[in-house]
Amino acid sequence: MKKLLLGNAAVARGAYEAGVRVVSSYPGTPSTEITEEIAKYDEVYCEWAPNEKVGAEVAIGASIAGARAMSCMKHVGLNVMADPVFTMSYIGANGGLVFCVADDPGMHSSQNEQDSRHYAEAAKIMMLEPSDSQECKDFTKAAFELSEKYDTPVFLRLSTRVSHSQSLVEISDRQERELLPYEKNIGKYVMMPGNAIKRHVVVEERERTLEKFANETELNVIEDNGSKIGVITSGIAYMYSHEALGDKVNYLKLGMVYPLPAEKILEFAKGLDAVYVIEELDPVIEKFCKSCGVKVIGKEKFTYLGEYTPAMIKKAVFGEDLPEHAEPKENIPMRPPVMCAGCPHRGTFYVLKKLGLVVSGDIGCYTLGAVAPLATVDTTVCMGASVSAALGMAKARGKEFNKKLVSVIGDSTFMHSGITGLVDIVYNKGANTVIILDNSITGMTGHQDNPTTGYTIRKEPTKQVNLVALCKSIGVSRVVVADPFDLKHFEEVVKEEVAADEPSVIIAQRPCALLKTVKYTGTCKIGSDCRKCKVCMKLGCPAIWQDKDGVHIDANQCNGCGLCINVCPFGCITKED
Amino acid sequence: MTKSIMIVGVGGQGTLLASRILGNTVISEGYDVKVSEVHGMSQRGGSVVTYVKFGDKVYSPIIGIGEADIILAFEQLEAYRALPYLKKGGTIIANTQKMNPMPVITGAAEYPENIIEKIQQSSSLIPVDALELAEKAGNIKAVNVVLIGVMAKSTDIAYETWVETIKSTVPPKFLDVNLKAFELGYNLK
Repeated sequence: MKKLLLGNAAVARGAYEAGVRVVSSYPGTPSTEITEEIAKYDEVYCEWAPNEKVGAEVAIGASIAGARAMSCMKHVGLNVMADPVFTMSYIGANGGLVFCVADDPGMHSSQNEQDSRHYAEAAKIMMLEPSDSQECKDFTKAAFELSEKYDTPVFLRLSTRVSHSQSLVEISDRQERELLPYEKNIGKYVMMPGNAIKRHVVVEERERTLEKFANETELNVIEDNGSKIGVITSGIAYMYSHEALGDKVNYLKLGMVYPLPAEKILEFAKGLDAVYVIEELDPVIEKFCKSCGVKVIGKEKFTYLGEYTPAMIKKAVFGEDLPEHAEPKENIPMRPPVMCAGCPHRGTFYVLKKLGLVVSGDIGCYTLGAVAPLATVDTTVCMGASVSAALGMAKARGKEFNKKLVSVIGDSTFMHSGITGLVDIVYNKGANTVIILDNSITGMTGHQDNPTTGYTIRKEPTKQVNLVALCKSIGVSRVVVADPFDLKHFEEVVKEEVAADEPSVIIAQRPCALLKTVKYTGTCKIGSDCRKCKVCMKLGCPAIWQDKDGVHIDANQCNGCGLCINVCPFGCITKED
Repeated sequence: MTKSIMIVGVGGQGTLLASRILGNTVISEGYDVKVSEVHGMSQRGGSVVTYVKFGDKVYSPIIGIGEADIILAFEQLEAYRALPYLKKGGTIIANTQKMNPMPVITGAAEYPENIIEKIQQSSSLIPVDALELAEKAGNIKAVNVVLIGVMAKSTDIAYETWVETIKSTVPPKFLDVNLKAFELGYNLK
């Protein structure tokens, strides 16, 4: 039976069919749906971990215990889990162990555009790269087989367009697999120097074996169209290349991108007039080809930046221009993402902006607090940095600066990697104020539960981390819970806490407006007595707009949260049912 | 021959569901299909674009400049933004609804005037007041299915085939509204 599946759903299906038993991940676009789809298969134990490192370690433990296991993440999540990954290369795998990493060329939803293939080489771990949903399923199954056969973790590399495109997939049944035996093996599983030195020898031997395998495997395919031009490519770039160049060129499609197949590349290039390497992001394949002595055309014709398109490839290889098309004859205003109407973060940022504070920001919907008109967030680096970087700022610029400084971090992000920063503040005598934006869910990635929500990935009730008790146990005596829509009170709380000479945490508590449990009623309306002071415009609510006649609220966009009623200094906004 | 349909709108308008209904309908007709979606941050009220391509064999899931046979636009400005993607001789089906983007709200930019007429100077455009029809169907969120209905009329695929996919794609609780919305779009004069 064939089904239309998202690349991510196809990876989940592949893992399911391969008999995976344990999957642990932290959500991150574009990888999130893999684990969400796995959760639909009752035979598989599946969880949201507090961060990618924990997720990877849960999968590692399951593999050592004899089960097929997987952990999925976005490219920057791989940075977080890199520590165990490098050592697992030495330990290898008992049950098949797959790390699925999704890159985001074009940065649709990311803070950088890193190329995860570098990790495969650096950690000496085999990497497969599918180019459509069918391959997502097939390569995932292959990854589990190869992991067990060669005693190694295997990376499956995706990119946004593969993860988030749907194409047809042939569905099969699950192959139940017995647990492999667990045997105590200190030399293999305890990586202290004496053992690791010996395991490194094994890793290098495995590298040579896999280099040979790369030349033989059907994952790497030559498509000979009798042309004198060759294209070496992989993943989504193969699909773009094929669309652009059709059967006018020969292809070497690499399904295995680490280790790369030296002999196969030499064989492919033999007798060709020109060989192009077409790969998004970094010249990984290109550099390898050159190191093998194959003359290839790569980044001198193709960019390091963003996503490729078939048109770009057609232009680079054949010099063909874009087809005829119409163009608007004026500038089209951009439509950047914004915080939703009713977003609880809007109240927080309104107050922080009013107080003119420096805001050390983090990763989540609330990064949009950096967008005009709020434009309140000063910095965003990575998960958790809002807390620790603010300590650095305060230590660098002193006490007075610290009284104008706050960190903002979401509930899920705080669990992910904010806790350790807060420990640092307390331990090293900082006096920072950390605002935990507790919207009762992991918002940005599409509403995943986390340790603070009280539910598991399958919506089973579970123990809920109590943020107040957690912060207090770390040693923060000043912990205040406040509603960011109660602007007056929230402002007082922030003023008081930043002025304090000791660490403080404000838990800004109000659920995400998109949660089904949140029911605002009616819509807000601006009365005819409006004095056009435009204070409500400062909220940056997508439902409030102005023209020459004044300020209006779009009833179709307003969800009735009522924040604008709270900011109007003249009481001109009311709610209608 | 590959058919390329581009669906553009504003995050939250339900473009994903529209692309899924379309994708599932064309597979039931035996085509190879690729649907490319947008998830994550760009969904938060930003411009969203999804692509649906079908034919004997589809390679790239994305649609380039001058390649879309049909553009299904959920909002006027987004229709205008997508104009370069329209193939010569292609058609835009545009919801006449206007949603101000943040630069317009803050006064940093102006919402262009008479977009429909401007597009019609160079290209074929069918304007639809999908918001009104969705309201008539019982829920303003059904704008997506109204537009799918309008587009369905221009294809060779049978009415019943669309209805079957809507039944299998839409949550049961919203089925009646969506079937009504589809019918209103389909029967639009």
